[in-house]
Amino acid sequence: MMHHLVIAPIALPMLFACLLMLERSVLPHRRRMLALIGTTLQLVVAVTLLVMTRDGTIWTYQLGEWHPPFGIVLVLDRLAAYMVIISTLLGAAAMLYASNGQDAKGTNFHALFQFQLMGINGAFLTGDIFNLFVFFEILLIASYALLLHSGGRKRTLAGMHYVILNVAASSFFLIAAGTLYGTLGTLNMADLAVKVTHVTERQQGLVEAAALMLMAVFLLKTAILPLHFWLPRAYAAAPGSVAVIFAIMTKVGVYSLLRVYTLIFGDQAGNIAHFAHQWLWCGGIATIAVGALGVFSSPDLRIQISYLTLVSVGTMVAALGMGSVDSYSAVLFYLPHTTFITAGLYLVAEAIGRQRGRAGTRIVKSRRLRQPYLLGTLYFVGTLAILGIPPFSGSIAKVMILTTAHGYQAAWLWGVVLLSTLLGLVSMSRAGTTIFWRAGQDASTRGALLNWRTGGAAIALLSVALLIPLFAYPLSAFTHDIVAQLAAPGHYVEAVLGQAPSLGEAVQ
Amino acid sequence: MLLPLIILLPLIGSLVPVLARRARRTPIALLTALLPGAALAITIWLGIQVLKGDILHFALPWVPQMGLALAFRFDGLSLLFTLLILGIGLLVIVYARYYLDPKDSMPKFYGFLMLFMTSMLGIVTSDNLMLLWFFWELTSVSSFLLISFWSWSSNARKGARMAFAVTGAGGLCLLASLMLMGHIVGSFSLDTVLHSGETLRQSPLYPLVLILLLLGAFTKSAQFPFQFWLPHAMSAPTPVSAYLHSATMVKAGIFLLIRLYPVMGDTNGWYYIITLTGLITMFYGAYMAMVQYDLKGLLAYSTISHLGLITMLLGLDTRLSTLAAVFHVVNHAIFKASLFMAVGIVDHECGTRDSRRLGGLRRYMPYTAALATVAGASMAGVPLLNGFISKEMFLTETLQIQSLGGLSWLIPALATLGSALSVAYSLRLVVDVFYRGEPRFLPKQPHEAPRPMRLPIEILIILCLAVGMFPSFTVGALLNSAMSVVATDAMSGQSLAVWHGINLPLMMSAAAMLLGLIIYLMRNILHSSFRRDFLKTDAKLVFERAVQKSIAFGERVLDRIDSRSLQQYMLVMMTLMLIMAVQGLVKMPGLMGPVALQPIDPFVLAGAIAMCIGAIATVNFQRYRLIALICLSITELMVALAFLKFSSPDLALTQLVVAPVTLILMLLTLFFLPQQTPRVSSGIRILRDLVLAAAVGTVIASINFAVLTDHYDSIGKFFTDNAVSGAGGHNVVNVILVDFRGFDTLGEITVLGITALGVLKLLNRMKLFVPTTSAENRPWAPEYFPTIFGSVAQIVLPLALMVAFYFFIRGHNLPGGGFIGGLVAASALIMMYTARGVEWTMRRLRIDFQRLIATGLLIAWLTSAAPLLFGHNFLTTWFDHFDIPLIGSLEIASALVFDLGVFLTVVGATMMILANLGRLATPYSPAREHRQIDGAMSAKKEMR
Repeated sequence: MMHHLVIAPIALPMLFACLLMLERSVLPHRRRMLALIGTTLQLVVAVTLLVMTRDGTIWTYQLGEWHPPFGIVLVLDRLAAYMVIISTLLGAAAMLYASNGQDAKGTNFHALFQFQLMGINGAFLTGDIFNLFVFFEILLIASYALLLHSGGRKRTLAGMHYVILNVAASSFFLIAAGTLYGTLGTLNMADLAVKVTHVTERQQGLVEAAALMLMAVFLLKTAILPLHFWLPRAYAAAPGSVAVIFAIMTKVGVYSLLRVYTLIFGDQAGNIAHFAHQWLWCGGIATIAVGALGVFSSPDLRIQISYLTLVSVGTMVAALGMGSVDSYSAVLFYLPHTTFITAGLYLVAEAIGRQRGRAGTRIVKSRRLRQPYLLGTLYFVGTLAILGIPPFSGSIAKVMILTTAHGYQAAWLWGVVLLSTLLGLVSMSRAGTTIFWRAGQDASTRGALLNWRTGGAAIALLSVALLIPLFAYPLSAFTHDIVAQLAAPGHYVEAVLGQAPSLGEAVQ
Repeated sequence: MLLPLIILLPLIGSLVPVLARRARRTPIALLTALLPGAALAITIWLGIQVLKGDILHFALPWVPQMGLALAFRFDGLSLLFTLLILGIGLLVIVYARYYLDPKDSMPKFYGFLMLFMTSMLGIVTSDNLMLLWFFWELTSVSSFLLISFWSWSSNARKGARMAFAVTGAGGLCLLASLMLMGHIVGSFSLDTVLHSGETLRQSPLYPLVLILLLLGAFTKSAQFPFQFWLPHAMSAPTPVSAYLHSATMVKAGIFLLIRLYPVMGDTNGWYYIITLTGLITMFYGAYMAMVQYDLKGLLAYSTISHLGLITMLLGLDTRLSTLAAVFHVVNHAIFKASLFMAVGIVDHECGTRDSRRLGGLRRYMPYTAALATVAGASMAGVPLLNGFISKEMFLTETLQIQSLGGLSWLIPALATLGSALSVAYSLRLVVDVFYRGEPRFLPKQPHEAPRPMRLPIEILIILCLAVGMFPSFTVGALLNSAMSVVATDAMSGQSLAVWHGINLPLMMSAAAMLLGLIIYLMRNILHSSFRRDFLKTDAKLVFERAVQKSIAFGERVLDRIDSRSLQQYMLVMMTLMLIMAVQGLVKMPGLMGPVALQPIDPFVLAGAIAMCIGAIATVNFQRYRLIALICLSITELMVALAFLKFSSPDLALTQLVVAPVTLILMLLTLFFLPQQTPRVSSGIRILRDLVLAAAVGTVIASINFAVLTDHYDSIGKFFTDNAVSGAGGHNVVNVILVDFRGFDTLGEITVLGITALGVLKLLNRMKLFVPTTSAENRPWAPEYFPTIFGSVAQIVLPLALMVAFYFFIRGHNLPGGGFIGGLVAASALIMMYTARGVEWTMRRLRIDFQRLIATGLLIAWLTSAAPLLFGHNFLTTWFDHFDIPLIGSLEIASALVFDLGVFLTVVGATMMILANLGRLATPYSPAREHRQIDGAMSAKKEMR
């Protein structure tokens, strides 16, 4: 029976989204209650799934009981469970924040939010490349709708760039998936991994063309140079609670890269193994550089945080490009840190913007904040954490990635990452001192204060800065286990295709 | 184990003042001092063991993956520095109680101070290089917070930022250096590293490691050319200056060099770089100290100078130089901290620390004057004070240097000159402030400071005298123990005596005193002639300007990269995709696969040509919307025909019904776009885009061709084989959609539903300009809804809905299905809207589209989830044949219910999108302005 839980991270948000669409009362309380119940259930499920994968079991779930590769299959391994719990926790924080009133600023916030979670979780769980496309569509279109939440010219414009680029990329995803299907005759990722090991020379060219296009699509999702343009303004324009959930969207790209390029095009793929690494490496390094420049020169706090997102995805993708088991593990250690901290910083930035009146989040002299100490502390912790200054989470996560680099890669990665950190230090200390200290004596009287909901969400997210160092030992052990599982894709393939009974029994 | 408590207690201590913030000032100070006091007791307790020759260890694993462990060690060197940090720290806590203004936040100050103390203790006791770096950066952070304590002051903010940037940069260099060290040695454990000196020095990376290490150490210890941040850090409250910027933090770099001396030292690189840097820093600092008016500035530069002296000693490769360095660290901390505190008293009681306004303060504050005099004498190196002994050692060591060959005599000469400068600025400080002249225009009436404020200075002065007179008794054992981990044989044969007989160093000392006095007497000449040239540039402003310029530069670069134009973004993406696809294609031996081509059918050829013409014409007529749309529909039609020809009637049907719906959608949207489209693209750009489009098209077509001409062995066969037996449907396409890959369909209808919600979100607040004339300036017809069309539409509607239902119901076995049925139904409804207008239709067709979508999705979901009740997987289908009287054999499949969900969702979503757009396009209806067509609620209200 346990295996039915594998569908829950997708089915539950969908159910609640439908119910929320039906709940049309003017007052938001009932929708909030429904969303709360949904999120709580998902949290319970996510934790259970994590426990289910602890011993290394790979759970599969055959939809419609069609045996793979013919039907669609969901696969829950350690990596999927890890990603699902991260997205669910993030979703819970965003919900908490939004329920303070942001959800009522436009239509159908909670329903769209549940759809968004459904898309993200689906992308993490699916074992089918076309199904992955479907979930990409869900999360893309839901995120676009959420980006437009509470309106405004800026949002509409940033949203347009975002959606058009992403839809165009989707069509290339289709072309790539179609080519893979046309060449290898299957869409199941495990089956692809098998088929790719014995291709003819002709097929190899086609598969490589498809795989590279697929990689480019993932890189666009991850916002890697030169496909990063959509990110800074779209993320900066998003309402706080939406920006929180956006923090994981780029990680969906990272996840897809990690999944596809370890499972299908990993070591066992022979001639076509590891062709992506060079691209990932170069793209990642270039993204860090541009991101750092953006952090350094942005005149606005939100845009600065968006560029910090670029730096962090660049770091992750460059580390993926190094292609060693250790660096994968370090990336997975880094992932929750950057996700939660960036999300928390967006919330802090929004609160700052509200309390400063017309100055908003621009880095200029202005009136005093209404909660200078609380916001100042949160900003300080978040900034140091994201820059990687001890004792916060970033220092461990970043250094862990750095220590996995060797040879010329170490020279590049260390140089670029450390320089970006320095630029970040200079600019964020400027931003912080200007916003918090270069202020008049009188505080503005308007602007929402952080209360237990909004402040609670921000504090919960930023507390990760201390929780990760505290629990670094078990966390790093877990990411190590995840990667050990990834490094042996044979188990995954066996779990999906193996002669094991057709219902979703577990394979050890 | 008590060892971690030394770090843990002050860490907890940083919370104490915050918790006790309601208390009065003195209790806060006392409570704060409690935990570091306990830590000091533990230190002394453990120190007794260390002095016996033990090295204490404590280790907990933290992140083994990166070699990070919570490992501490307590040896002689740690003991020495720990005593210094805790001892002076406690004195500073007492001092700060009286120094800080009642308006200043005591909890904040003490909290940050304790945080700093913790990190400093961490540096000196770490047994793991990564851990050491952690604490290293923490000192930078806490120093930033302390310098900017008076955050309202622009100087404090700028000084703090600069210090943070410089020491932060150094910290990052240090990190790189330590990581390299870890790579070479294979461990971050200090024990292992300390035993791998040979490996490190032999490594080809050694120079890089050394330079990065020195960058870290020099920035922290304010060595030339990174000294500029330290004077500006003096915007901090004086207790902070005394503690961080003279006694402890700036010694962290020195500590690091001493710590790693056994492994990194003893090379030419080490020797030259460090000695020269130290020498330059010593002179630069001494000179700058001479020309400062600000007393804290004077002390800051004298600190730089003394740090240079210590650095130089570390570089010198003689046996005793390291000992002298360690000893001077202690002595400097003692006398400089007391001087800072004394200057703080002057500042506090007189309201200024400008040496031009101060003078003759001896009469107003005799005790402070006496204390400052002793401390100043110690800094000048007067015998019987601690500064003298280490300076003598320094001079002795400079005489040993032979490495400059014939020019080696320069070093002792320069050392003497440096000492003379030290004497001169000590005289300036003490004599000018306390003895000569009269105070002028003081903001406050000067008076003696309260007794407890002087207490810390008194303790330090007693130490000055004790160490100065009985060195081996007071610090001999400590130094011995410290040296045992740095250079084991340094202490043998060395006595820390005050009197070594009349020898060359003593003569040099005497010469320095004399020379210093002469320089002091000539100070006016110095001021008038040199000061102007040296002080014109304010490092703060230079730094700020550099940052501003870099920001501007960064902005320009970013603008160059990011054009903020969607067209450019698309160009980049297309180009990248092209490169990716070509990468694979060029590796193929040939495009043509083993499968033979079919003969060309004239109909197919004609269709293909029509399709191409349609596409090209669309682009060509893009400025004439209607024509372009018609051309586009040619292509669409041809695609539908192509589907039909290649035996996929389902796709053809879908294409046929999608085409009109999209056409209406396009018409509705185009209505709002500017009537005239200007010709914006230049010829070159059009050419470029044309080439790119052609290239992408060619490459994608090639891929297609290659795929189609290859043997094909796919899972598709399974679907055709199992559609009837396994899923009970003859229409394989539909069975794939609702059964084999029903999960995809579930996802896609979700996408459709979300899209409708998104469109609603986008449009419901939008106010668009509604044009009243066409592009040719002809007004739109006032008659919106032609009567005949309206009547016919009303008659056709039920028939059309019947057709839709028919398509839907037969879908499982014949072309059709929920999607096609839904689109047909939607088309029929749209016809009603077009014929009768939004308002009219809405009043009669009270359908809440959002509810419709939700219901559709929910039906699909429930059908998918129902099997769970029977223990089957999500989406498992069920079908059976029934014999029903009159109707005959009938197959009932759960997939049909699922398809009903698809049907409803498609109708709801399509209608929601189109109706909302249509509403926008309906002009002159102020009554509807604030309403949205997401349901019939509003319509209901209107009916009433």
